[in-house]
Amino acid sequence: MILPPADPNLEQRISERQLHDDTRFAATKIAVFQYAAVAIFLFLISGFWQLQVQNPEFYDERAQQNSIKSVPVLAPRGRILDRDGRVIVDNHTSHSLLLARELLKDEHLAAIAEGLDLDYADLSKRVARFRSQPKYVPIVIKEELTPSDLSFVESHRDFFPELVLIQAQRRLYPQNGMLAHLVGYTGEVSEDELNTAEFAKYEPGAVVGKFGIEGQYNSTLMGVDGQRQVVVDNRGQVRKTLKMKEAVPGKDLKLTVDLDLQVVAELAMEGKNGAVVALDPRTGEILAMVSRPTFDPNKFAVRIKARDWKEIAGNPDNPLLNRAIQAQQAPGSTFKPILAIAGLETGTIDEKWSVRCPGGASFFGHYYRCWEAGGHGTVSLHRGLVQSCDVFFYNVGNKLGIDNISTYADLVGFGQKTGVDLPHEQAGVVPSEKWKLRNFRQKWYAGETISVSIGQGALTVTPLQLARAIGGMAIGGTWNQPHVVATTPVEKPKQWALNPSNVKLVVDGMYGVVNEGGTGVRARLPNVEVCGKTGSAQLASNELMKSGGIVGMNLKDNAWFVGFAPRAAPEIVVVALFEHGEHGQLAAPIVRDVLKAYFDKKTRIAMLEQQRSAMYGALAAVGNLGLPAGMVPSAAPGVQPSGSQPVEAAYMETVESGPKPAQPRASSSAATTAAVASAKH
Amino acid sequence: MSKYLSARDLDWPLLMIVVLICAVGVLQIYSATIDTNYSSAWWKQIFYVGGGLVLMWLAVKVDYHTLIHYVPALYGLSIVALLGTELLGSTVFGSKRWIPIPGLGMRLQVSEFVKLVIILLVARYLTDLKRDELEIREMLVLSGLVAVPVLLVLAQPDLGTSLTYMAVLVTGAFIAGLRWKYVAAIAVVAVLVLPVGWHFLKDYQKARLVSFMDPERDPQGTGYQLIQSQIATGAGGMFGKGVTKGTQTQLRFLPVPHTDFIFSAFAEEHGFVGVTIVLSLYFVMIMRVVQNAQAAPDRAGMYLCMCVAGLLLFHTLVNVGMVVGRMPVTGIPLPFMSAGGSSIWSNFMALGLVNNVRLRTFIN
Repeated sequence: MILPPADPNLEQRISERQLHDDTRFAATKIAVFQYAAVAIFLFLISGFWQLQVQNPEFYDERAQQNSIKSVPVLAPRGRILDRDGRVIVDNHTSHSLLLARELLKDEHLAAIAEGLDLDYADLSKRVARFRSQPKYVPIVIKEELTPSDLSFVESHRDFFPELVLIQAQRRLYPQNGMLAHLVGYTGEVSEDELNTAEFAKYEPGAVVGKFGIEGQYNSTLMGVDGQRQVVVDNRGQVRKTLKMKEAVPGKDLKLTVDLDLQVVAELAMEGKNGAVVALDPRTGEILAMVSRPTFDPNKFAVRIKARDWKEIAGNPDNPLLNRAIQAQQAPGSTFKPILAIAGLETGTIDEKWSVRCPGGASFFGHYYRCWEAGGHGTVSLHRGLVQSCDVFFYNVGNKLGIDNISTYADLVGFGQKTGVDLPHEQAGVVPSEKWKLRNFRQKWYAGETISVSIGQGALTVTPLQLARAIGGMAIGGTWNQPHVVATTPVEKPKQWALNPSNVKLVVDGMYGVVNEGGTGVRARLPNVEVCGKTGSAQLASNELMKSGGIVGMNLKDNAWFVGFAPRAAPEIVVVALFEHGEHGQLAAPIVRDVLKAYFDKKTRIAMLEQQRSAMYGALAAVGNLGLPAGMVPSAAPGVQPSGSQPVEAAYMETVESGPKPAQPRASSSAATTAAVASAKH
Repeated sequence: MSKYLSARDLDWPLLMIVVLICAVGVLQIYSATIDTNYSSAWWKQIFYVGGGLVLMWLAVKVDYHTLIHYVPALYGLSIVALLGTELLGSTVFGSKRWIPIPGLGMRLQVSEFVKLVIILLVARYLTDLKRDELEIREMLVLSGLVAVPVLLVLAQPDLGTSLTYMAVLVTGAFIAGLRWKYVAAIAVVAVLVLPVGWHFLKDYQKARLVSFMDPERDPQGTGYQLIQSQIATGAGGMFGKGVTKGTQTQLRFLPVPHTDFIFSAFAEEHGFVGVTIVLSLYFVMIMRVVQNAQAAPDRAGMYLCMCVAGLLLFHTLVNVGMVVGRMPVTGIPLPFMSAGGSSIWSNFMALGLVNNVRLRTFIN
């Protein structure tokens, strides 16, 4: 370095410079700055100490609350199968949308309702209803999401983190209201139900059986929901599953109902109001049960729309009434076989006892007409039943007296619930002196006995009661408890050993009704000895009819028919109630169709059995030739030598229109529907 | 004042610490953005750090006296640039802070670089006083000079960055010898003006302040960031959950875990131990800058270094304080850790100023 030239003022310049450009003056302040920095860093570190060392658990828990969510895994309800194992009610997987209320912003509701095509008022009401529940309980706001709903949810994840998609199992019922009354429907458990002991264990929002089998066997059908603990991110998207409590699916329920008979009965009732019940009198198994008008249980599957509910509940024909067990109607002439057996058993009449029917008779100063104005001439028991002569049974009833009549009506099960495993069964009425005194504080009039003799007056029965009564009598006096679920333990049947010859007299009379030119010829079948009895029950007294009836009320007679077969050993009894059908003759074809379906199926199964044993014979022969075992099954596809019910299995294939494709569950209901459709032609 | 600058004379311990902090930042950016749209942010950050080192060297090259000489021009340029941002800038998150740089495909946050000009401005003004005490009149003049860019940045709106300018001003004024009675007077005025100032705050800024006072008041709204940051930090515990294992960070409950809230993410994954180590690095870094100030050859150098130290201290206090819920959410980055080119570059250039002073010391 080159030294600068000497400067005389150097000293002064340096001091001046030092005065104004030295940094010593700031030393204290820099030290203060340093202390401040130390303080600031201690302040910051203490913040971390407080959060991370003093109570990290608190924040760890909150971090988990942030990210760990419990999602219910809905248990599928058990399926409902017919007696051959064919599916009547199935589940199908659909998407449901939950509202996670801890994330809900109220101002989102309107937009969510709009995007999902929901009613805003409904939705906000629903949210309000759940206010009292803990926040982590999500609300189901929509089931059965359509593809457009799904895309709405997917595309709005960022905006509506409160929306959570889950898969749900939804009920799939037969179409056209088939079996609707028997099967019932499911729905969201109501607040009233939650207060009952039966439903107390369920959470609000649970879907439970409400009616029919679904209601009666809810605890069997309903599974136990599982739970999935998942890690979600800030958008609510599931990143991984931590814990999985599997759902326990509900148990399948096998009914005694035979879809083949059911379909026929449903079709026979098309366009009519009333009910059909088919029963195996030997076991009490209900083979078919129809009630019309019907409803579509699919509309109830989760939450019914207000509009649909109005339509169903407001219908004056009351489609929700299961007429098979709830319609209490006068049995009309279908009561006559019961009166006949009562007369025979009590010895009041015998086979030869006869009356003359001039078309009516006077009792106690009142004239009672026979339905045949011209009269039947001299009538004994057999012709009395065949021609359904009212005058004959007026006299029988008059001789028996109301006490005997009510005793026998009671014996066959009228006036009391049959105990069928369906909810809301009605008992009907068996009038007696005691009954009248108790209910009306009135004396019994002898004239009433005359009306009751032909199944009129105060006597009312349900179709199921009638089927059980006639069937039980026809097999000699054993009245089994009717039931629709195969495995249900039944009470011991009510037994009363009727004199077989008396039973034969009545059964022969009922055979005559169908086969000897009686009132029930329309129930006749070739090759099957069908027995039956018509009934046309008045809904109003003759006086009322004459005065023109009540305006706007259908007062046409109810048509009844009860039939069973075969004559020698009854296997099936069928009752048809055709409301306002005017004459029992018109109910007879309904019963005939069901009986025909029953015996046709029996024949087909017998034929298949034959073919099968023939095939087994052939297989055995092949086996004897010493072919390798592996070739045997391939030689006879479709045969299941080890199947538990090979006949039924083979039969099912024919029902479900040929070889069944490997399609599980849902296809069967579709196949059933297809069967209905094809049977129409 | 010569051309014989040697890299050997740079403050290597300071640089080592800063590069270490940057490395921690890159690692944390990687962990916090894995599987997200920002998953390339970590290598971009490496590029920014490399660029930052180059810029630092450039800031060393030009003598700080020259830089201070050109303060009027730089100041004017800053005002123009801030106005330009207002006119041309792109709006992100409701705030106009960035102007696009055509060639690089990136955007620059002008206000970050204006910080450097503020530092030079304060240093020059205070040096030129040539006195050991700051009079109120001079304080007002200097405040007025700083107020122009502050208001421009506040209008973007960007409260955080405008506060950093004030931090530089306050540091400088404190070192220059602002009398306590003036400090008291300013405090009184500030308290009086505060309600008026509240009136001028944007709604989101008001909401942030309110939620700072009471974060649980609206846990899904503005309090969300504060709460989530505390949850993430607290959940980290003593040793943390490990790299890429922090649930708050990985599941994105923590907002912007690679920029403003990077230290929450770091605290969750590395725990109190990691936090203590990194905060120690920050402390040592600032103390090194202060040491350089103490060793500065003249007042200008000393002011420069102290302003940089004040700036870094303020950034650290506000950002880390926000992480633990002891400061309101202002949205200023953590120096050398938060992802973002502008912040990294301006901070490296600030370090350049410090080294600039240091190298001139050796030469003298």
